[in-house]
Amino acid sequence: MSLEAKQLTFGYRRKGKEPVLDHIDLTLEPGERLGLLGPSGRGKTTLCKLLAGYEKPDSGTVLVDGKPLKEYRGICPVQMIWQHPETAVDPLMKLGDTLKEGGPVEEGLLEALHIQPAWLERYPTELSGGELQRFCIARALRPGVRYLLCDEVSAMLDLITQAQIWTFLLDQAEKRSLGLVIVSHNSPLMEKLCTRMQTLA
Amino acid sequence: MEPILEVRNLSISFTQYGRGTRQVLLPVIRDLSLAVAPGQVVAVVGSSGSGKSLLAHGILGILPYNSHMAGEISFLGQPLTPRRAAAVRGKEIVLVPQGVTYLDPLMKVGPQLRKGRRDQSARTASRAVLERYGLGADTEERYPFELSGGMARRVLIATAAAETPRLVIVDEPTPGLDARAARRVLGHFRELADGGAGVLLITHDLELALTIAHRVAVFYAGETVEEADAADFAAGRLRHPYTRALWDALPQNGFIPISGAQPGPGEVGEGCPFASRCPKGRPECMGPVAYRELDGGLVRCLYPEGGEQP
Ligand code: SF4
Repeated sequence: MSLEAKQLTFGYRRKGKEPVLDHIDLTLEPGERLGLLGPSGRGKTTLCKLLAGYEKPDSGTVLVDGKPLKEYRGICPVQMIWQHPETAVDPLMKLGDTLKEGGPVEEGLLEALHIQPAWLERYPTELSGGELQRFCIARALRPGVRYLLCDEVSAMLDLITQAQIWTFLLDQAEKRSLGLVIVSHNSPLMEKLCTRMQTLA
Repeated sequence: MEPILEVRNLSISFTQYGRGTRQVLLPVIRDLSLAVAPGQVVAVVGSSGSGKSLLAHGILGILPYNSHMAGEISFLGQPLTPRRAAAVRGKEIVLVPQGVTYLDPLMKVGPQLRKGRRDQSARTASRAVLERYGLGADTEERYPFELSGGMARRVLIATAAAETPRLVIVDEPTPGLDARAARRVLGHFRELADGGAGVLLITHDLELALTIAHRVAVFYAGETVEEADAADFAAGRLRHPYTRALWDALPQNGFIPISGAQPGPGEVGEGCPFASRCPKGRPECMGPVAYRELDGGLVRCLYPEGGEQP
């Protein structure tokens, strides 16, 4: 059981440029928290998008528990949480409806994330970034989800919200035996969170 | 030394139209005070979306029409009236904005730096300022989209520094930059202060603020709740329970989250807005709480840290 990237190459197909990702291998086991390191512009976000199936690699494959990612139907077992939650939700939908789109939400999850019932009736612009990020996390934590890709998820949040959200995520990762990929420019945070690091050269 | 900038009891609110024709007045900044001296970097630290960026717009006199501002702002000892703000902005007071979208996407960097001047001395000056920020002469010929995040940020600083300002206001300088680029960018602001300017740094990132700031003002639910020397943080000389909670939430300091969330504009009642989350709260905290001096700093708390009554 693992999330595996094999020889992933991705280049935005631009002529005369080096590919953004060049034959990248990566393995993530359930329960592991893998930190991706490397300067900006080195394809960390792109790698996450490939692992979650938002982008297709030019070559190489992504395997989830031995089966190619593209053969999974229904809710993707690999879910991505983004740096800017406001761009990850439909601005014209009430947040309660956004949540319902992915099926029923597990009991107790909203309370554990400190999501207030009144927020379900609101539109994205009426909530702060930290409040919206809680929705994006609730949406990502479906039964059947095995791996979470966390791309700078707390970069825009204040320290207390950051500590709240990560305490919650670590707790869930342990309970559900999730594998986590973590991207952050904040090295003390990475040291606190990750069980292993990999550098994208 | 006379402060370059002094802000006293600033409040900024917005008229919003709710559903239907209902008008609501949203107080985003309710009571903000701070001062910036020459050569000083003062950071205002507050969470994203808490409205702290409005402070920059208020000082520059560029708030939107549906806003109301009250309180006092003085610049070099004189009240900063809207007329005076219009006269000094972009010259004696400059803004280094958050988004690189402030650069004109259709204009090359050189002409943007020169602001339309074409003479030889303007050219020499723009070269010099680019060089100072580690940008080659070829940067002049580039369009903004051809710059990396770090370079674009340095072009914004170069644009600001070209005017030899007295006050530099910086709004969230580092999102999207890796640690090295962020340190470099912040170092340039410190240089501007070392050259005698006052720098007001508005950010959500306490850690980065502490790397260059002399003073830190902590902003919570529309108010400045503490002003401290940057050195007070590492020394454990903090005054307000919220500042203490921020510090303890740093990954390297325990990563301890307090529960609850910051109240938004319009959700704050009488009394201390931190009361519902405060471990030291008492019934008196529901009454008025003044912003007062304590141990070389300022605090808005009835029972500050380290100030326990016997
Ligand atoms: S005034 Fe009271 S509730 Fe507010 S921070 Fe101080 S002790 Fe806590």
